Amino acid sequence: MGEAFGLAIALVVSGDADLIEIVALSLGVSLSATVMACLIGLPIGAFVAVARFRGRNAVLILMNALMGLPPVVVGLLVYLHLSRSGPLGFLGLLYTPTAMIVAQTILIAPIVAALSRQVLEDLHAEYADQFRSLCLTRVQTVQALLWDARYSLLTVGLAGFGRAVAEVGAVIIVGGNIDHLTRVMTTAIALETSKGDLVMALALGIILLVIALAVNAAVQSVRLTAARQAYV
Amino acid sequence: MSDAVVISSAAFPSAAKAPPVLPLKVRDLVLRFGNSTVLDGVSLDLGPGGCTMVLGPNGAGKSLLLKLLHGLIAPSSGQVTWGGQPAAQVTARQALVFQKPILLRRSVAANIDFVLKARGKNRAQRDALLEHVGLAHKSDQPARLLSGGEAQRLALARALATDPEVLFLDEPTASLDPASVQAIEAIVRDARDRGVRIIFVSHDIGQARRMADDVVFLHRGRVAEHSTASDFFPEPRSSAARDYLNGRIVV
Repeated sequence: MGEAFGLAIALVVSGDADLIEIVALSLGVSLSATVMACLIGLPIGAFVAVARFRGRNAVLILMNALMGLPPVVVGLLVYLHLSRSGPLGFLGLLYTPTAMIVAQTILIAPIVAALSRQVLEDLHAEYADQFRSLCLTRVQTVQALLWDARYSLLTVGLAGFGRAVAEVGAVIIVGGNIDHLTRVMTTAIALETSKGDLVMALALGIILLVIALAVNAAVQSVRLTAARQAYV
Repeated sequence: MSDAVVISSAAFPSAAKAPPVLPLKVRDLVLRFGNSTVLDGVSLDLGPGGCTMVLGPNGAGKSLLLKLLHGLIAPSSGQVTWGGQPAAQVTARQALVFQKPILLRRSVAANIDFVLKARGKNRAQRDALLEHVGLAHKSDQPARLLSGGEAQRLALARALATDPEVLFLDEPTASLDPASVQAIEAIVRDARDRGVRIIFVSHDIGQARRMADDVVFLHRGRVAEHSTASDFFPEPRSSAARDYLNGRIVV
């Protein structure tokens, strides 16, 4: 175990080409999925935060329930749609990074929507009287809330990114874990572990942890700076 | 603090206005929450110009009356009309400053810019407005780090940025130091002198004496008295107002 750990660190330090390729693809896929999920989830979260309509409670329950979507189920659904006999099979996206982005986007968009809804609803409760007095339109209200909650929403995005970069079930089904094409950190860890190559698996695990720490530290630092200016 | 009383005409460019919103007519206004009646048959007439102070003990319904007049909430029954129009139709021509300023999580300047942009107004007014309320030197500072008095002056500047015809003030100087109170009163007085109709809720009788042209005294959700300031303070007609002015507990 100790020897494997040492070898893993050496592999990371040496800048192994395969390792870099896997890490780069992982980050590319999960960051793209996070951006897509934010583009979809933030407006939905903001709309539900400020709107009052029939069935809103049912929507809230659904949004919260979708946060717990099992990755393998999402992977299976995306697989069924993208497979050659599926409705979107003509796009030829199965076993491509794009398919992985789609699956991760579906997986984390509900997380972004549900968490941002809570953040924005709390802020709206504080601003509502002032905004009504100013006669803001719903679009102006949503824009103002999204901007003023931007630092809190960074944490929401981070939660989505964390879920995306750490999941294995969806990307392995729609990506196929193909070497030099769709192999990402989590699928590689699963494969190397099953092969008994613990050095590579550990090296990838270390990088995954370091990335998670670095991203969290960066977001926390931005939030602290904002908090000092009372912008949070 | 003397900056606060510097008046710059650039802050308030003259603009073509729709027909005046006044007079205000309130008829048999009732507001209920469940079984509790907060306002119980309020009727009131206010003409153009001047500063109306709304006085009354805690729980009399003063803040809720302001929100009803501003069209932020709907009454259970009764009518509020401004120049014959329902309250909710003229909300945009009025502004309300809350007891606790609700400031955006942005800089001082950005708080003004936000309103000017939302109302499609020229952002060039911003500097003049900040100068007018004595906050020009804090333009780039985070709004939520301002002192209580400064925050309320910013809230006032933001309200004035909408170029309101009616300005509602809901205890804007509660818990502020005397210098801040003086600065805010100077800004409000200036707005009144420029023709903005002021409706001012306060618990500060000294402030009411300084600011009021007329006084509406609310008691138990009703208008116990509506008189000119020169009549109200020396000789209040209602026993509740007399007790209130004499510092006795009024419930």
